[in-house]
Amino acid sequence: MSELKQIMIDPVTRLEGHGKIAIFLNKEGNVENAYLQVPELRGFERFCEGRRAEDLPIITPRICGVCPVAHHMASTKALDAAFNVEPPSAAKKLRELMYSGYYIYDHTLHFYFLGAPDFVVGPDAPPAERNILGVIKKVGLDIAKEVIKHRAYGQKITAILGGKATHPTSGLPGGVSKGLTREERQEIEKMAESSVEFAKFSLKVFDDVVLKNKKYVDLVLSDAYTLKTYYMGLVDDNNKVNFYDGKVRVVDPKGKEFVRFAPSDYLDVMEERVEEWTYVKLPYLKKVGWKGLVDGPTSGIYRVGPLGRLNASEGMATPLAQQEFARMYETLGGKPVHLTLAFHWARLIELLYAAERALELSRDKEITSKELRNKPGKPGEGVGIVEAARGTLIHHYKIDEEGLASKVNLIVATTNNAPAICMSIRDAAKGLIHGPEVGEGLLNMVEMAFRAYDPCFGCATHFAIGQMPLEVRIYAHDRKLIKTLRR
Amino acid sequence: MIAMEKEKLKFAFYWAASCGGCEIAVLDINEKILDVIAKADIVFWPVAMDVKYKDVEAMPDKYIDVCFFNGAIRTEEQEHMAKLLRKKSKVLVAFGACSQLGGIPGLANVANKKEVFERTYLESPSTLNPNSATPKTSFKVAEGELTLPEFFDTVRTLDQTVDVDYYLPGCPPHVNLVAGAVEAIAKNELPPRGSVLAPEKSVCDECPMEKEEKKISVIYRVYEKIPDPEKCLLEQGIICMGPATRGGCEAQCISANMPCTGCGGPCPNVTEQGSAMMSALASILGLDQEKDSNFDAEKLMAQIKDPLGTFYKYSLPASILRRRIMKDE
Repeated sequence: MSELKQIMIDPVTRLEGHGKIAIFLNKEGNVENAYLQVPELRGFERFCEGRRAEDLPIITPRICGVCPVAHHMASTKALDAAFNVEPPSAAKKLRELMYSGYYIYDHTLHFYFLGAPDFVVGPDAPPAERNILGVIKKVGLDIAKEVIKHRAYGQKITAILGGKATHPTSGLPGGVSKGLTREERQEIEKMAESSVEFAKFSLKVFDDVVLKNKKYVDLVLSDAYTLKTYYMGLVDDNNKVNFYDGKVRVVDPKGKEFVRFAPSDYLDVMEERVEEWTYVKLPYLKKVGWKGLVDGPTSGIYRVGPLGRLNASEGMATPLAQQEFARMYETLGGKPVHLTLAFHWARLIELLYAAERALELSRDKEITSKELRNKPGKPGEGVGIVEAARGTLIHHYKIDEEGLASKVNLIVATTNNAPAICMSIRDAAKGLIHGPEVGEGLLNMVEMAFRAYDPCFGCATHFAIGQMPLEVRIYAHDRKLIKTLRR
Repeated sequence: MIAMEKEKLKFAFYWAASCGGCEIAVLDINEKILDVIAKADIVFWPVAMDVKYKDVEAMPDKYIDVCFFNGAIRTEEQEHMAKLLRKKSKVLVAFGACSQLGGIPGLANVANKKEVFERTYLESPSTLNPNSATPKTSFKVAEGELTLPEFFDTVRTLDQTVDVDYYLPGCPPHVNLVAGAVEAIAKNELPPRGSVLAPEKSVCDECPMEKEEKKISVIYRVYEKIPDPEKCLLEQGIICMGPATRGGCEAQCISANMPCTGCGGPCPNVTEQGSAMMSALASILGLDQEKDSNFDAEKLMAQIKDPLGTFYKYSLPASILRRRIMKDE
């Protein structure tokens, strides 16, 4: 195997917290294999043990400061289950309202700051322009202000309900610590109304810029960005997408229901594997099994996140989002859609759903209720599952008699996608690299492959204003560095 | 960015062992970010801009006016970057609880690498690992060799690694503190070196709840009691870190009817937040009963569960405790 060349794509400035990609070439110069390495571990599962149960919704959001609300919510729901208590109906609605605000913020952040530079500025544009500033230049300052405004609205909704937007505090086993005043309700209603319009506008941007451009459509449809995997997501009783609650549904690569399970049964369905070359574990469907980094019905690899959720569901629970859902599948040839770049489209449909749902909830009669908490029972074991923006998020706790955490297990959203991201990078590289001359195009094609998932390796990549600093190292077969490409 | 003016400041941002919330805190100043760009050139911001290590290494010493550094130090690479940015910056600001005190990732000092690995890769109930594999810093795959950075046993604060000029407290720092710091820098009105860039007061001083100088004898967990929303949580028996925590946050958590958990770090002129809180608690807990014949101090104190996680949630690496002593070290 000494005939191989190695290319390292290393976000060198973010080495510790983020993805690191190694691509190996064979002697013909074609891609033999690619590895996505996650070079960081913080050990939350270990140091959460011994902590007070009520501190877990405070501690675990520090896994990710970009999606802290998702951890806060999964943690709070795991405590509901562990303390065997059902929150009052109003408390559930308040939680879901806060969660809708989080989705407005997070999906806006990802689409405009990270996804849009590729599409709006263009995948071939010089890297110096392919960032949020380039997007602003292209779409105009007025629209940029709308983006800033609606991202801030999402944060504001979370702050009103959770005390703080980054690292909220209101979740308790059995309910929430804070309700809504009439003035706060009105304020949220206004922000939600505006967000619905903003989401509709964003979908129109996607239509005009991507779908009306043959070059982009060809890219979206290309084999390099296609994986035929299983899909997973939370659904309500009618199998509609739900971010906050419900059963987890998995469909096979043909779109047929494979399993539909309650959060407490996750260990029957999912299993993780340890690889010695990365700190992240690789999950797969237990009953299908691990067959390596391959797709298809016999491989247990599944995908989560916006496209995973839409594929795993039978629709959206709000009218406008449902229309867009139907239109996407009609346009792309039916369910499931295996096109990785369609994650961006699915994300915008979800943005619309989140805004519509926030509006519904802000107008709900119960939303200003003072019935916020039910009394927790005796502590025990519990699993909480929500859909983080990036996919299914699982918190599993054992709480002892003193109310202290004795065991904690976490499967974080991006972890679910880690095997698929690895394959997407490999396939994008295979589609592009033929021979040792590796140019600028590769960097962005590979970036686009994993950016679609909005991966959260220590939370940098989805925050990056348009691009991650990358370094590609090309090694000759004797491992001598022959070329370094940077940007 | 923008036009080059001679007097324009040069800012840098860096992110070590943390969650990214501090970077979101910078974005959360919203439109004011445009003012920042007007006042300063951002010369290094890895998550946002295309500037590499080599470019930083090539900068003259003290080239950067102000570097905002968030996150704790737990890898060799982070240590290297802390030293490099110290050398290249006139002013180094520890931004947020992780770089100031160790923060939540600093709680990992209750364990070491071995324990963390065992829990994550061997004992986790969702993990199937028949060969007891754990990640290696260097590993040979069929195609070649892959490397990972070393995972240290102990998390350190920024000032345990290099000299720090200023501290911006909070997890993450409040928007007002971030905006205030930028303004002070722009106007050249920074306080003496070593200062914490936050008001000289505690969270209690900012808290709107009514205080009655009451003593308590029973401690409640937050889920055990629905507090009176007008009254001091601590005086209702819920442990609130407000008395031992620096203000500047507008008591946001308490406005959501939840206690302060201490992310602002120690109060002015205090170094040990945890012991300050224990002392504050000792001054109100069970004082009324001390003269009773059946007074039992141990029983009173046994009500406090997980004192380490309660009093040192954000400050274990910076505290006198620093870490758990491991037998096999």
